[in-house]
Amino acid sequence: MSKPLPTAVRTHFTALRALLVLTVILGVAYPLLVTGISQVAFNEKANGSIVKSDGKEIGSSLLGQNYNLPKKNPDDPKEEAKPDPKWFQPRPAANGYAGDNSGAGNLGPNSEDLLKAVNDRRAAVAEFDGVDPASVPADALTASGSSLDPDISPAYAKEQVNRVAKERGLAVEKVAELVDKYTESRSAGFLGNEVVNVVLLNKALSEQK
Amino acid sequence: MGSTLAGWLQALALVGALALCYRPLGDYIAKLLTTSKHLRVERGIYKVIGVDGDADQRWPVYLRSVLAFSAVSVLFLYGLIRLQGHLLLSLGVPQMDGHQAWNTAISFVANTNWQSYAGESAMGHLVQMAGLAVQNFVSAAVGIAVVAALIRGFTRNRTDRVGNFWVDLTRISLRLLLPISIVFALVLAASGVIQNFHGFHEVTTLSGEVQKIPGGPVASQEVIKLLGTNGGGFFNANSAHPFENPNGFSNLVEIFLLLVIPFALPRTFGRMVGDNRQGYAIVAVMGLFWVASTALLTFAESQHSGSALQAAGAAMEGKEQRFGIAASSLFAASTTLTSTGAVNSFHDSFTPFGGGLTVFNMMLGEIAPGGTGSGLYGMLVLAIVAVFVAGLMVGRTPEYLGKKLGGREMKFASLYILTTPTIVLVGTGVAMALPGERAGMLNSGAHGFSEVLYAFTSAANNNGSAFGGITVNTDWYDTALGLAMIFGRLLPIVFVLALAGSLAQQQPVPATPGTLPTHKPLFVGLLSGVILIVVGLTYFPALALGPIAEGLTS
Repeated sequence: MSKPLPTAVRTHFTALRALLVLTVILGVAYPLLVTGISQVAFNEKANGSIVKSDGKEIGSSLLGQNYNLPKKNPDDPKEEAKPDPKWFQPRPAANGYAGDNSGAGNLGPNSEDLLKAVNDRRAAVAEFDGVDPASVPADALTASGSSLDPDISPAYAKEQVNRVAKERGLAVEKVAELVDKYTESRSAGFLGNEVVNVVLLNKALSEQK
Repeated sequence: MGSTLAGWLQALALVGALALCYRPLGDYIAKLLTTSKHLRVERGIYKVIGVDGDADQRWPVYLRSVLAFSAVSVLFLYGLIRLQGHLLLSLGVPQMDGHQAWNTAISFVANTNWQSYAGESAMGHLVQMAGLAVQNFVSAAVGIAVVAALIRGFTRNRTDRVGNFWVDLTRISLRLLLPISIVFALVLAASGVIQNFHGFHEVTTLSGEVQKIPGGPVASQEVIKLLGTNGGGFFNANSAHPFENPNGFSNLVEIFLLLVIPFALPRTFGRMVGDNRQGYAIVAVMGLFWVASTALLTFAESQHSGSALQAAGAAMEGKEQRFGIAASSLFAASTTLTSTGAVNSFHDSFTPFGGGLTVFNMMLGEIAPGGTGSGLYGMLVLAIVAVFVAGLMVGRTPEYLGKKLGGREMKFASLYILTTPTIVLVGTGVAMALPGERAGMLNSGAHGFSEVLYAFTSAANNNGSAFGGITVNTDWYDTALGLAMIFGRLLPIVFVLALAGSLAQQQPVPATPGTLPTHKPLFVGLLSGVILIVVGLTYFPALALGPIAEGLTS
């Protein structure tokens, strides 16, 4: 004859059964249901808001990208990438817009490293865009939280118009018009911040004749 | 529209939405915790797990059920993480080592969601949805179940029964968390949060680089991460990642989700004790702290103090352009005042006082409004202390809602209040005394100390956010913070359930003219004062060494 199990053991078996039942409902059925509905109703967004140009996928409108010149020696990890003046440049990113490595640099407000980085970026960006260093906006000097920020401030976009127009041989007004077109106001007029989406702006730029 | 005006409107819209939900949601939760009717599916579940849904438990049995469920959950999740290489949808992620898997399993079971791993490179989809997201649901449900038992302690008389844990767990998961999650997962998916089962998908960008676009069932997990005040991001960047939080609208939805249940629970309390005014007094204290903290944090960030932030001209380091200062500050205050710990911007790079406030918010004990359930039980314990203090002043035995607060009750309340600070301060002290653990700090000096203090405060209070510069994926931190999380979660639950049992056994005493009214502004003020004094006296020395020292020297 087997003795009845002690209460403490029985409680754990009850707990295990409860966990398994809830896992089936909340951990399998629920995400499958949401995926099913989302794939039908919001297919494009549920799959990552992929952007295409000439029929080819070039990225996601939600994830920022690098717009750098090709490296002289692609195998040299020490060679620093240089921004390509033909494109609107995104914000600095601690992890360089890698889609499989999001996250922030986490430097503190009084960090010497951050102070140096901000000052270096101010000088470099001002020279690159041909503007007064004092006028470079903060989003061009600070790294984002995700390292995948697709947006810049309208001020930083405007600052880059002359440089991009000159490099591409386009009229300044034409490029400025594109910046206005891709300036997004706050969601519902008051939520979040005004932005220019660099991925969409550069795509539009690449499609200019 | 200017940024300042937009920031104000955004906070007002949030407050309005929360106020609209207070009564209906609070009443709904009260009803599901008190009704004797079971849904058919619930009856089926009770049959499968082998419990009698109509039999209430004594408090030690209720506690044993909570502990057994937590233990089984930790083991199950640990096994799932360690074995994920052999399971579906693992995406070929490398095997996680034992310490980190242990830390992660405890972290999600304890409603903390401290993450010493990066989601996109350490977790496959199956572990995310069937392991981590399930704990996001049930750990939130456990918190609400425990507070339900405590409230029953006030409402029941001369009984040793405080409810049935398995019934509470099932009802809260299926009737409360699941329906809200389905609706808002679709809202988030409609605003751009991804929901698929793809792995990484390579594209060639316009400048000729290859970028890996991640996939995953994110929307379904995102919503419960916030609704259950969990906070564990699908991706390393958490709610700063555009695939978790794509725009200003989704951002406000996420802040709303993480506040809505904790702010509605005081109504549940008022309704269950039969006096809605008691609920209003509690929610007033929660609201007061939330408003003050949000305003101060936003102000601190808009001043961008700190040498590096001054040089940049705005505190945008670690913040996303689409959110800006106001929406990032609103999120930061809300996530640290609840036990959520999700972030849409990185607190390590906040201004000294802004970052200090996020630590202070957690030190309050996650009560304004706090985690799902845990916020209200923490606040009720402090209310008991406040009533006791008032009783001492006039020299009579204090009573709260007709229940006498004698030696036994005060012992449990005091133990509750001492637990978390002990874990935080001892843990931080030990870490600072060990040279190897000090070396985990990214920043130096006072800010580096704040990183360690933040880590233990976050773990012991089951928040889960971090001053992320610190390197915590070491065996020592994984183990120490794992212990901080599990004791910070379960010891308070032991004391709360013991308190519930002790209150339920009493015969209520009728209110007399000498009874302290606990629904009036006087009590709101008294309770707020007690909270500030308890927290201030406990943590001031540690805060002075970290954020305050840094703020004053910059």
